[in-house]
Amino acid sequence: MPPRVEDLLRELAPQVLGGLARRSGDFAAAEDAVQEALVAAATHWPRDGVPESPRGWLLQVATRRLIDQRRSEKSRRSREQVALLQDVAPSEVSDRDDTLLVLFMCCHPALTPASAISLTLRAVGGLTTAEIARAFLVSEATMAQRIARAKQRIEASGVPFRMPTDAEREARLRSVLRVLYLIFNEGYAASGGPDLQRADLADEAIRLARMLQRLLPDDVEVTGLLALMLLVDARRPARTSAEGEPVPLAEQDRALWDRARITEGLALLDGSIGKGAPGEYQIQAAIAAVHDRARRAEDIDWPQILALYGLLERITGNPIVTLNRAVATAMAHGPTEGLAVVDSVAERLDGHYRLDAVRAHLLELSGDTQGAREHYRIAASRTTNLAEQRYLAAQAARLASSLSSSR
Amino acid sequence: MPRYVLIVNFQPGVSHTPMEEWKPEEINAHLDYYRALNRALVESGELIGGEILAPPSLAKIVTSDGVSAPVVTDGPFQEFKEWVAGYQIVDVESEERAIEIAAKVSAVPGEGGVPIQQPIHVRQLMEEGPSDAAEMEAYVQQAG
Repeated sequence: MPPRVEDLLRELAPQVLGGLARRSGDFAAAEDAVQEALVAAATHWPRDGVPESPRGWLLQVATRRLIDQRRSEKSRRSREQVALLQDVAPSEVSDRDDTLLVLFMCCHPALTPASAISLTLRAVGGLTTAEIARAFLVSEATMAQRIARAKQRIEASGVPFRMPTDAEREARLRSVLRVLYLIFNEGYAASGGPDLQRADLADEAIRLARMLQRLLPDDVEVTGLLALMLLVDARRPARTSAEGEPVPLAEQDRALWDRARITEGLALLDGSIGKGAPGEYQIQAAIAAVHDRARRAEDIDWPQILALYGLLERITGNPIVTLNRAVATAMAHGPTEGLAVVDSVAERLDGHYRLDAVRAHLLELSGDTQGAREHYRIAASRTTNLAEQRYLAAQAARLASSLSSSR
Repeated sequence: MPRYVLIVNFQPGVSHTPMEEWKPEEINAHLDYYRALNRALVESGELIGGEILAPPSLAKIVTSDGVSAPVVTDGPFQEFKEWVAGYQIVDVESEERAIEIAAKVSAVPGEGGVPIQQPIHVRQLMEEGPSDAAEMEAYVQQAG
């Protein structure tokens, strides 16, 4: 398919679905019908040319599919619904609201994160089930089951297909942001190496976040999330070695960072400051910005990062954030102070490899090579991530050899 | 999502009677239970693989120093209780869910309809990327 056609289809997908779901009152069936219409367009358009009104074409084909589906269900009730669907006048609701509405539905709090991610990629992102299955390393049949189940769950929850009320809106928008963030993470974590299918997920998350930011330009957290993704993704070319191993931030070749992404991310972040109470994603973006602004690793403004982590910790109460603050504390005030912060969350994170990894790093900075090696070893035995296991084991081995050579 | 392998070996559960000596209806109930469980896991999109292994009597054990001809040991083997008999791979939301599924496997009815209670080993597969946002944040900080 020519890239232009694909981009157009994927942009139109949520608008068409929103319109059809609103008119039919049946999100699940409308979603299937729109998928079929997208497949039809991907076949016809490259051959016959893009129709004059691509959106109208898709809506018409999808509507016909939905009517066909219902005709085949023989009940009287469904015949009534067919009549209803055909009688509805063209909508007065904008495409903007339809796209938003579809996002709110797909990221419904009744869904598990994994289901919401799959459904969002299909219904909002316009990806096929096969593409999503490949990205998550499962079979197409398995992914189809997950998407079908997600839609059943939405139906069972009885949530009508309409905009959340003002009271619900904040919580619902948070679910949307979290799902987009998780999609980004799935892709970003896997980028580099042979896993290009998954790396595309980071691009897709950025595309969806851009779309959302155009719809809600005044929301601090929406802008913060897009800025965060851009500022972190800018480092993608530098974060894996030629062998596919992760390269720690301090050792990355900053010349490889994507300046255009950084410039865009910084501009978004600056524009969002002062527009409302600081949010979780906005603060994380600000931390990423401090890293990205430094020309060399030695130039990083650690006191500023420390202050930002303190703020983030107060908002989230997440002990992993406290561990990050421990690293920033060590960099700003020395490893002893940093280790004291580690101790403060040791109980809550007991058994978590990350606790040992950070402790090992700070012990090494403090000159306790023996202790550092021990905690790198424990951390390596506790992580379930292959790249990290190799990294942590290599740190332990490096310290073991420096210990034996100093004897 | 984290993936787990649920492994069953040759450790017996509460009953030591081999299946060949069960009543036909007991065997049917046993197989029906497995079929229903598998169907449910396929429908939920959680079951992504699984195999039953050929019996240990057909196994070979191979060692090699990379230079001389490999040493191949044939059965029958005396001690194979710890050997893998079969496994299922599930892709689930959490460890709790993997344990819940393992419990259902262990509770399959056997002789007299009594749950067999064979031990099921629940082993997480190593992942290439972090599996949740908190992990990711940590990963981003450490590995860029």
